[in-house]
Amino acid sequence: MNDMSQGNYTTADGRKIGNTLMEMKNITLRFGGVVAIKDISFDIHEGEIRAIIGPNGAGKSSMLNVVSGFYHPQEGEVWFRGEKRPPMKPYEVARLGIARTFQNIALFEGMSVLDNIMTGRLNHMKSSMFSQMLWKGKAEREEVENREVVEKVIDFLEIQAIRKTPVGRLPYGLKKRVELARALAAEPKLLLLDEPMAGMNVEEKEDMSRFILDVNDEFGTTIALIEHDMGVVMDLSDRVVVMDYGKKIGDGTPDEVRNNQDVIDAYLGVSHD
Amino acid sequence: MASEKPVSADLRSIPHLLARNVATFGNKDAYREKEFGIWQSWTWAEVADEIDALAMGLLTLDIKSGDHVAIIGRNRPYLYWAMVAVQKAGGVPVPLYQDAVADEIAYVLDHCGARFIVAQDQEQVDKVLEIQENLSTTLDHMIYLDPRGLRKYDPSRLSSYKAIQDAGRAAAAELQPEIARRVDALGYDDTCVMLYTSGTTGRPKGVVLSNRNIIETSKNSSEFDDLQPGDEILAYLPMAWVGDFIFSIGQAYWTGFCVNCPESAETMHTDLREIGPTYYFAPPRVFETQLTNVMIRMEDAGRLKQWLFHHFMAHAKKVGPDLLDGNSVGFADRLKYKLGDLFVYGPLKNTLGFSRVRVGYTAGEAIGPEIFDFYRSLGINLKQLYGQTEASVFITQQPDGEVRSDTVGVPSPGVELKIADNGEVYYRSPGVFVKYFKNDESTADTKDAEGWVATGDAGFIEEGTGHLRIIDRAKDVGKMADGSMFAPKYVENKLKFFPNILEAVVFGDGKEKCTAFLNIDLTAVGNWAERNNIAYSSYQELAGHPQVLDTMQRHVEEVNASVAQDPMLSGCQVHRFVVLHKQLDADDGELTRTLKVRRRIIEEKFADILTALYDGSETVSTETEVTYEDGRKGSIKATLDVRDAAVSAVQRMAAE
Repeated sequence: MNDMSQGNYTTADGRKIGNTLMEMKNITLRFGGVVAIKDISFDIHEGEIRAIIGPNGAGKSSMLNVVSGFYHPQEGEVWFRGEKRPPMKPYEVARLGIARTFQNIALFEGMSVLDNIMTGRLNHMKSSMFSQMLWKGKAEREEVENREVVEKVIDFLEIQAIRKTPVGRLPYGLKKRVELARALAAEPKLLLLDEPMAGMNVEEKEDMSRFILDVNDEFGTTIALIEHDMGVVMDLSDRVVVMDYGKKIGDGTPDEVRNNQDVIDAYLGVSHD
Repeated sequence: MASEKPVSADLRSIPHLLARNVATFGNKDAYREKEFGIWQSWTWAEVADEIDALAMGLLTLDIKSGDHVAIIGRNRPYLYWAMVAVQKAGGVPVPLYQDAVADEIAYVLDHCGARFIVAQDQEQVDKVLEIQENLSTTLDHMIYLDPRGLRKYDPSRLSSYKAIQDAGRAAAAELQPEIARRVDALGYDDTCVMLYTSGTTGRPKGVVLSNRNIIETSKNSSEFDDLQPGDEILAYLPMAWVGDFIFSIGQAYWTGFCVNCPESAETMHTDLREIGPTYYFAPPRVFETQLTNVMIRMEDAGRLKQWLFHHFMAHAKKVGPDLLDGNSVGFADRLKYKLGDLFVYGPLKNTLGFSRVRVGYTAGEAIGPEIFDFYRSLGINLKQLYGQTEASVFITQQPDGEVRSDTVGVPSPGVELKIADNGEVYYRSPGVFVKYFKNDESTADTKDAEGWVATGDAGFIEEGTGHLRIIDRAKDVGKMADGSMFAPKYVENKLKFFPNILEAVVFGDGKEKCTAFLNIDLTAVGNWAERNNIAYSSYQELAGHPQVLDTMQRHVEEVNASVAQDPMLSGCQVHRFVVLHKQLDADDGELTRTLKVRRRIIEEKFADILTALYDGSETVSTETEVTYEDGRKGSIKATLDVRDAAVSAVQRMAAE
């Protein structure tokens, strides 16, 4: 048996999991007097699907925002690809190869699906604003290259039919998919998904689950996700971190977590007598 | 007929036609497919190269002459090539309906004993793997097109399309002579393709069509409509359907025109616009849907645009069909039509993707006269044909200038017709199928010793014009309790001409009175509900809404009035009806894969509702099993209102 917590093993379905990609060391995050995250450490291996779960207000989204570099924790260190990451601006984090989707969709409603996904390629465009205005030489070449990547993502997520549709006209489930497309267009090393299934019906959830698995499988993208739907989390992820009131109460494979008494208590509640 | 020589010894099979096309117009586009947002194209020479590679690849898998190879997927150039590659390797292609559930696929694979399968993607591969253990024949190898999600599958009996082609190319030097030998061995009466008919009753039957059937039919029908190498078609109908085989392979290889494949099923309408086909086929339902969409969108347009649309459409209705048929039309009317073309018809045809349609066909069901006239008045040469898998499609078709909505045309070139005493239509043609695979009994029932084939449809040949008119399926035509004729399809068609009604099933054989099941058209009724601020949360709720039922009742009563005009069929007026809580669906076995109603199954499945229609009860509670797309089953419960509809007095000849 492999020791999964150390990385470097092959999963039962034949995926290769590599070394530690990211490590959170003793993270504490406070908003004024409120302690959102209390001394949490965990790691993410290359190629795995890592879930963060917990009841409402457990600090999951805050944790994801620390990973994405949006929040700067008061204590603790974030290590990415073997280096300690200094406090960064979100765009600098994006350049490192981290992309994300949002819990409450953050797309440009008035722009077409295609244009929205093209914005995901921003970090891959090097030509100056001036040459882009003139639409000559490098700018044109870059646009063609980037469009090709975007078209592959569109094909992958099966949204060809809405390519030219303004995002504002799309139903919720498709907007979520477009957001995933935009994140994928950045060709990230690490993909952060904030409640990718929230508000979806069963069929949409099944589709989204398949896309998440396929992304991981086809591109080898490491995925960290927050999700409420326990069934989905247990089916999708390789390892799960469980949070409650800002603390880590469990960490391990879905089976380990499922049988963890603290986790059961946090989800089902315990009597205090 | 078997004495007829091939058109030419060099053109006795599809691979031979391919070789001729490469020689005559090798650099012309043969296939296009939209992928990654761009139309990719392949010339005839490139196509031949791809097909060759796959054929040799199949040899490396040890395909034997006569082996059946199943092909499952949506319309993609690669799958069309696979069919011809199989023929080159001496095998017989068997295209299957891609939306068939695992059970249906299991039956067909088992029946034809397929040794290989070319599947489009993971979805299809999964279906086959699911049933593989139950198959009595041993399936040797599966070839898939889209590798996505298949990385982790056991590769010992599963290869990618490309890998097989590469294996073929690598061994080209030694395999080339064997391919040449097998192509050379293909005879005019050898099997070209085997197609499973969906069948309104019983299990599907494998229709064996020979090279003669396909090539003679393609030649005759191409000449009938003067199809040219420069023509374009959009291949979007199921590959397992005989029509698609004739259009996208038979006629395409005979004339050398270009076959365009859409990017996905959902983008079909956008792709249709971009390609602007010159030769187009669609079942009536597609034309109906498009017209409904146009009308819905017109309601959202501004006043001026609405006025322009209605004013010029009225004019088009008056003179459009005459212009199309080449009849004389006054100068002022011509000028006004030109103006209308500029403002309304031209842009509308462009939106629909019909700007360049030179020959358009519809078949399979009766098309509403209003719908038919709408398209014709725009200047689209829409015609009707009547065909069957067993005839390699063509039995009758309408020549240019003799187009009407109530006939299906004159016999196609090479086809002889006769009407039996009971009214059933028989035909004989070079396209008549060889046999039903492993089913001599059915073959003998359908085709007699002289080659006459029973269509199963009742009809008559109109005196004077020689056009065939179809009344109904022969076995569906019955007698009411009072002895008058019962022809359900006749009434159903009238009902279905209302945009609000998607499907109708009329009962009444052997009964005193007729009753009906109706399905609402979700697009049309949903739009109406939105306009009238009627909230609904599901199909079921909308279908049961009292105001929807009122509308349906008006439609039924209008149809009754119209049926009453016909002295022969006036007994078929609908006295009571129910709007069903679910859409009739092929996955539940209620429709065939080509969307024809399966009466017996519907009768059995909804027996409780049918009883309620006749016992006078006002509501009926029912529970229905439904099958989801992935094959799982569930059930829905509903309480349905049964409505009475007023019937019109029968118009009788003055009986004195």
